[in-house]
Amino acid sequence: MDFPRILTGNWGVPDSHRLTVARSRGTYGRLPKALGMTPAEITTIVKDSGLRGRGGAGFPTGMKWTFVPPAEKRNGKPVYLLCNADESEPGTFKDRYLMWCDPHLLIEGMIIASRALDCHHGYIYIRGEFRFVARRLEQACEEAYAAGLLGKNILGSGHDFELSVHVGAGAYICGEETALISSLEGEKGQPKLKPPFPAVEGAWRSPTIVNNVETLSVVPWLIENGAAAYKALGTEKSPGTKLFSVSGHVRKPGVYEIPMGLPMSQFIEEYAGGLLPGRTLKAVIPGGSSVPVMTPAEVAKCNLDYESINTNAGSYLGSGGMIVMDDTTDMVAALTNLLRFYAHESCGQCTPCREGCGWMYQILCRVRDREASEQDLVTLRELADNIHSKTICFFGASAAMPVQSFLTKFRSDFLDRVQGRGAGAA
Amino acid sequence: MSHSAPTAASRGPREWSPEQRAEIDKILARYPTKKAAVMPLLWMAQDAWEWIDLDVMRLIASTLELPPSHVHAVASFYTMFKKAPTNRYFIQVCHTLSCALVGADKLVEHIERRLEVDEHGNSKDGLFTVLRVECLASCGSAPMAQINEHYYERLSPEIVDQVIDALRAGKHIPEPRPEADQWTFPVS
Ligand SMILES: Cc1cc2nc3c(=O)[nH]c(=O)nc-3n(C[C@H](O)[C@H](O)[C@H](O)COP(=O)(O)O)c2cc1C
Ligand code: SF4
Ligand code: FES
Repeated sequence: MDFPRILTGNWGVPDSHRLTVARSRGTYGRLPKALGMTPAEITTIVKDSGLRGRGGAGFPTGMKWTFVPPAEKRNGKPVYLLCNADESEPGTFKDRYLMWCDPHLLIEGMIIASRALDCHHGYIYIRGEFRFVARRLEQACEEAYAAGLLGKNILGSGHDFELSVHVGAGAYICGEETALISSLEGEKGQPKLKPPFPAVEGAWRSPTIVNNVETLSVVPWLIENGAAAYKALGTEKSPGTKLFSVSGHVRKPGVYEIPMGLPMSQFIEEYAGGLLPGRTLKAVIPGGSSVPVMTPAEVAKCNLDYESINTNAGSYLGSGGMIVMDDTTDMVAALTNLLRFYAHESCGQCTPCREGCGWMYQILCRVRDREASEQDLVTLRELADNIHSKTICFFGASAAMPVQSFLTKFRSDFLDRVQGRGAGAA
Repeated sequence: MSHSAPTAASRGPREWSPEQRAEIDKILARYPTKKAAVMPLLWMAQDAWEWIDLDVMRLIASTLELPPSHVHAVASFYTMFKKAPTNRYFIQVCHTLSCALVGADKLVEHIERRLEVDEHGNSKDGLFTVLRVECLASCGSAPMAQINEHYYERLSPEIVDQVIDALRAGKHIPEPRPEADQWTFPVS
């Protein structure tokens, strides 16, 4: 398929992470143009492009940027730009490669975004397990500082932007934007109720934009090629290309950039290499472990864009972290595995989430081990329904959706495991 | 944390070296508040002194003019800050769904058997600590483990044995195969 590689164009180029190589490939070439534009002009391009946040929620990026109050309403407070590089949602592993293969693209995107946001301080918040990636980012920042691309008066434009890398230390919840902000401030990484939204009151109570690594890495291309060129790719409501990270039972797991709207089964077949010989598809989790699971019939109907997956399968494109499961998969064990994750990672602030995740996990362990009754499945369902939308942050729903969807869409797999219902079957 | 022995006795009061002080000044310059430096300083301290005991927390608290209880709360919240020592090679095996689908459980059982680990995950030879962890964002190259800072991907019991043998033989931790530069993983 012929389309511009907006995010992966430099992957595989030797030393693509070094400044000289990056520059020879055009990175930072968009900066003079961007720095010559007004902040509003940059934001307009991003808005018109239809770019949506790649961290999972798919919120329109340009619109988010306009939520930052104008300078006269900020009481002298600075604006902060935070890059969310926490990448902890099971099944998602695209940002790691983006930062590893092309750190300068992200830095260029952040400089342009900082200009649009009248922002002079940025941080890349990266999960602690990625310290080897953090070192590479730090090296890239040093190179950029030495070349006058970061710091004071970038390329003589009068724009200042200081950028540093902040390393987390092992807490999934820090990927949630308000938790990420708390963590950056030196607190426990616990989410806060919104509003206020970070764009109005975020880090150090100042306006703060949090964007995903992939989102920010798209920005330089938009400056170079314009909003219309981006809109020409993908679908009307989900324009552009997107990174998909595919894992599980496929022959070529990995990270692929494709234009949005590609049929899902074509993606699995042509990009991910299809299933292993002799296997058939059982289920797919399309957008990171938190989104509802899909059946093969739903997969056959869906394209890889936000609307199609939502309309045809009641699920979400999310982060683009796709987990493929074939007919050898024990669906009860799979869900139990996920709930162990959620029980482990709940930050503990909200009772429904803290208690509910642990409880759901325990019930699932009993179902898995054939020690549960049909009534336990009812309880499980009620627990999930009682967590969804009743917590401070979206983590609660993230734990509930897998349970609700597995129980609904793979009901017989669960019934077969409870007592009195085919308990003897393998 | 569940992976290590109960907190060992205090190792005595700590002081920063001149190099560390210079690094701290650089770190503080990046943030509008001193409090924001608490995680960077915990990392620095862990790099230097392997794990975070109460004396280390006190040192960080006085450096950043924070109550020691705050440093303690932060250090406790984040699982990667070690509150007790681990052995020299810390093997963290991912057992979340994508890894589990392709054999993570067998892999970790193999490692635990091979290293004869106790209930804290410490190996009989005192060289390794083994811990099961959640998704390390390497799901496409599953099953995988992180050994100290390095990612080891597409592991099989045979490859793990080679790595363990090399480490036991006193060889430097072998560089991971360069899969960080590769983003598709054809199954052979
Ligand atoms: C529990 C939870 C975990 C999240 N983890 C991440 C993450 O690891 N990376 C990320 O970019 N966004 C994550 N998000 C979404 C962020 O809160 C936020 O919406 C996103 O970083 C905004 O950037 P975007 O608009 O560019 O997508 C998470 C959200 C929740 C509720
Ligand atoms: S929903 Fe869960 S993770 Fe989110 S704030 Fe509440 S307890 Fe913490
Ligand atoms: S599930 Fe093991 S690295 Fe993601």
